Amino acid sequence: MSLHLRTTQSGRINRSKPLTFTFDGKSYKGFHGDTLASALLANGVHLMGRSFKYHRPRGVVTAGSDEPNALVSVGVGARHTPNLRATQVELYDGLVAKSQNAWPSLSFDIGSINNVLSPLFVAGFYYKTFMWPNIAWKKLYEPIIRRAAGLGTAPTSPDPDHYSTRYAHCDVLVIGAGAAGLSAALAAAESGARVILCDEQAELGGSLLSDLHATIDGKSASEWVAHAVQTLSAKSGMVTLLPRTQAFGYFAQNFVGLVERVTDHLASPDKKLPRDRLWQVRAKEVVIATGAHECPLVFPDNDRPGIMLADAARIFANRYGVRPGGRAVVATAHDSAYQATLDLKAAGVSIERIVDLRHEANGALPNAARAAGIRVDVATAITGSTGSLRVKSARVSKINTDGEEDIPCDLILMCGGWTPSVHLFSQSRGKLKFDAERNVFIPDISVQAERSAGACKGSETLSDAFADGFSAGSDAATKVGFKASLHSVTVSGVHEAKGGFLGAVPHPHDAGRVKAFVDFQNDVTAKDIKLATREGMRSIEHVKRYTTTGMATDQGKLSNMNALAIASQALDKSIPELGLTTFRQPYTPISFGAMANHSRGDLFDPVRRTPTHAWAEKYGAAFEDVGLWKRAWYFPKAGEDMHKSVLRECKTVRETAGIFDASTLGKIEVVGLDAAEFMNLLYTNPWSKLEVGRLRYGVMLNEAGFVMDDGVVGRIAEDRFHVTTTTGGAPRVMNHMEDYLQTEFPHLKVHLTSTTEQWAVVAVQGPKARDIIKPLVKGIDLSNESMPHMSVKLGKICGVPTRLFRMSFTGELGFEVNVPADYGQAVWEAIWAEAQKHNACAYGTETMHVLRAEKGFIIVGQETDGTMTPDDVGLAWTIGKIKPDFVGKRSLTRPDLVKSDRKQLVGLLPLDPKTLLEEGVQIVGKANVPTGTPALGHVTSSYESAVLGRTFALAVVAAGRSRIGETLYVPMPGGDIAVKVTDPVFYDKEGARLNG
Amino acid sequence: MLLIPCPYCGERPELEFRYAGEAHVARPADPMKTTDEEWAEYLYFRSNPKGIHIERWRHISGCARFFNCVRDTVSDKILKTYKAGEPRVDLKQFEKGAN
Repeated sequence: MSLHLRTTQSGRINRSKPLTFTFDGKSYKGFHGDTLASALLANGVHLMGRSFKYHRPRGVVTAGSDEPNALVSVGVGARHTPNLRATQVELYDGLVAKSQNAWPSLSFDIGSINNVLSPLFVAGFYYKTFMWPNIAWKKLYEPIIRRAAGLGTAPTSPDPDHYSTRYAHCDVLVIGAGAAGLSAALAAAESGARVILCDEQAELGGSLLSDLHATIDGKSASEWVAHAVQTLSAKSGMVTLLPRTQAFGYFAQNFVGLVERVTDHLASPDKKLPRDRLWQVRAKEVVIATGAHECPLVFPDNDRPGIMLADAARIFANRYGVRPGGRAVVATAHDSAYQATLDLKAAGVSIERIVDLRHEANGALPNAARAAGIRVDVATAITGSTGSLRVKSARVSKINTDGEEDIPCDLILMCGGWTPSVHLFSQSRGKLKFDAERNVFIPDISVQAERSAGACKGSETLSDAFADGFSAGSDAATKVGFKASLHSVTVSGVHEAKGGFLGAVPHPHDAGRVKAFVDFQNDVTAKDIKLATREGMRSIEHVKRYTTTGMATDQGKLSNMNALAIASQALDKSIPELGLTTFRQPYTPISFGAMANHSRGDLFDPVRRTPTHAWAEKYGAAFEDVGLWKRAWYFPKAGEDMHKSVLRECKTVRETAGIFDASTLGKIEVVGLDAAEFMNLLYTNPWSKLEVGRLRYGVMLNEAGFVMDDGVVGRIAEDRFHVTTTTGGAPRVMNHMEDYLQTEFPHLKVHLTSTTEQWAVVAVQGPKARDIIKPLVKGIDLSNESMPHMSVKLGKICGVPTRLFRMSFTGELGFEVNVPADYGQAVWEAIWAEAQKHNACAYGTETMHVLRAEKGFIIVGQETDGTMTPDDVGLAWTIGKIKPDFVGKRSLTRPDLVKSDRKQLVGLLPLDPKTLLEEGVQIVGKANVPTGTPALGHVTSSYESAVLGRTFALAVVAAGRSRIGETLYVPMPGGDIAVKVTDPVFYDKEGARLNG
Repeated sequence: MLLIPCPYCGERPELEFRYAGEAHVARPADPMKTTDEEWAEYLYFRSNPKGIHIERWRHISGCARFFNCVRDTVSDKILKTYKAGEPRVDLKQFEKGAN
């Protein structure tokens, strides 16, 4: 650290706590209380980054969250975080920071060739250049653009930090803890309201922290801040103070998102602490006290390191004790820069000149500057700068003259005035109005329960900020119902500051040949904005997108007003006529970590496991995800891959038996006097005459007549049905049933209960199924006569109550044993022990899929896609012919649903029995058709069958049933695959095995 | 996130609810007697207004009831909620100038 760049005593840094840090590998020293930006400046480092497009050397411009240039990467390895603003990075011992967007080094960057080539990179460059040829996009343009895009590089390994989230409620949320925010919080807190006060900075106090002159009720600004913070802290439980907390988004109904940076400022944070904490605050009333942004001046070469906003320089000097340069030229159009100049002079910076764009500057501050011996040139513009990695001189010129003067300096301060920070107000959907006298947008009509206070409302003086704050705080508390008294403070030592200039500063150069930057971060110049208007962009939203002005991570905090003014001049329209681009969340970038929060890894989605999950894991099952469920996919034996395992499982089930966990099926208990009538209305099938103790395969349609679910339903009692649904369809079916029951058929006496997780279901399928369960079952006669196919009986298995279904999704003799879920694993293990005596196997979902496909049983969502009628998939037989109505019935007679060329479910046999079709492939009627030929249909399921000794598939094909016997073709990259159309039932068409 | 006043449970966050389309689209009493045009109208045609819309929501993670909700689709403000089965509200009360 070059101590000569530190002021002698001012500032809030702790000079007794020196810290060491590195920037681009070089070691530097700073103090506790520094930001990375202030510490680098104290080491004489102004060059902190390269610009995005032209790779121009850039230095720090601001001292806060609006910084567009000094974007750095902080941390190493997985904790490396790109694109942080050096002005907000708090220094800690051992901090490692790197510059971005420069190679091989920050001071010598090859990419700066773009600066020379800049005539090529005009506004709309991408739109104009990469149009053709088409093929070049994927191979050439996209890879190059991708390599060049972005600023810092994202870390590639998983984030080792954790993040937390909390919901909070309060009476009054105060956003911003400057003069206005602190007074608002004091007023609200005193009334007894619950208050949350947040501020993006490490310390509460805002601009008061860099004010050395104000006296507030006899206290210095920093004393007053300390007192206010102490008063608020004393109300613990009622007042929550959140420094380092960015209010990033204002949403509906006073829902405000805050991100608290909990550990980023610590050298070795407690591992238990989250890195960021996301606060989702619902506030009854909100006070917005977010201050104002100083505007840069748009003059040629206004982007060299060493050119910064006047007030930023003042903050570096007064708050961080840093002299940002030795010799300064000040270019302004606002009185506030004079105060900054005086403060810098007091800090030991030599002031070479103040040039003021205005024709007169006779306020108290300009006069004070003159009195201090500073030369002030009015009606004078800054028209350029020289230097490369640091500014060397400022060019100034009397307005409307050609003569330029070069003033040597190493610091240029600029000030175009102040723009109220109306971002959050605008996000709350409040309406802005344009103050033409001062060229600013200010809050006008509130839509939500909020009010603005201080500079963000357009107030210009410190006393107004306090008055606004106290009034806003008491107003907010009063609206909630508290009694608040109105306070005031007496402010002295502060002078009125007026002025402002928007747009491009006039200069004697060829405007087409200079770069006067409007948006520093996206390298948008005044020339680009003018070009956009010449090329036909009329709306500011179009100008923004064409030039990308305001679209960088700083969202145009510094650039929007200047861009608007330049476009307004070019189009000869007033600023309010052009309008303002939308202010979007987030106000400053926030981390993906804070957003994703706990929802990562295992907590991303809940995982549902069946009662036999542990058993299946022990027996080596491979699992597949079905919705949130983990289902056993297949059970490979040693040396088996999936293919071999599935063939063996299929063969075993057909020859002996297999057991399968069907617990994931959705289950709904439909109960009530009108249960049968309700089922009549919700399913295609007739239910009134279904006897107690019988099962029926039910098909559910949506009102448009398309199959939405299916499942076996058991009548347990006259007024009670045990309904099963598909695994993925359970919530949808429940919602559909509830919808009709609550809104269309509320007269029916029925209630619905989801019982999916109450029942474990063990399917026992195969010729030996009865023999396997027989020793375990009590109280049920399992014989064919007593318990035929599609029946249900209540009894006990392994001493546990069961609803025993005799049914089959495999085409074999089969049972589904429903037991209370807690007994699922025990019953499964008991059945498994019996199964082993018969050399039966456990099988998974893949075998289940193959076996059902051999029988032509559809899976909803595989054979159907939301456009299939019952008839399309061969289920017309399920429709109760004499029922007057059911959901979807009317639609089945709509003209489009009875067309003869609808796609119908068929079987396909590839002519080569070893060829396995891909699921989803298209089917055509002829060989060698040209690309673009409409398909007749597509393959929905395709497997190799053990029992058929060949491959087979299910498909939906236009008028498919009339094509049985025909040969169709599946065009593939390697040539057509010829297939024969068959009936969709491939195995045991008569169903003899079901009744075994 | 909106706060939605469930007519059964009171004000709850939007996360607990699921949208369920336009309200007061009654299923014809005897669908089989409708013409193809009438049935298509019932199935597919919705008002989709810019402005005040009466729609159905379900408090799926709460009481699980469907209810009706008057929402301004421009401002996303919820103006009123009421129970399913209650008569359609008169929209006049929400017009500008009305209290």
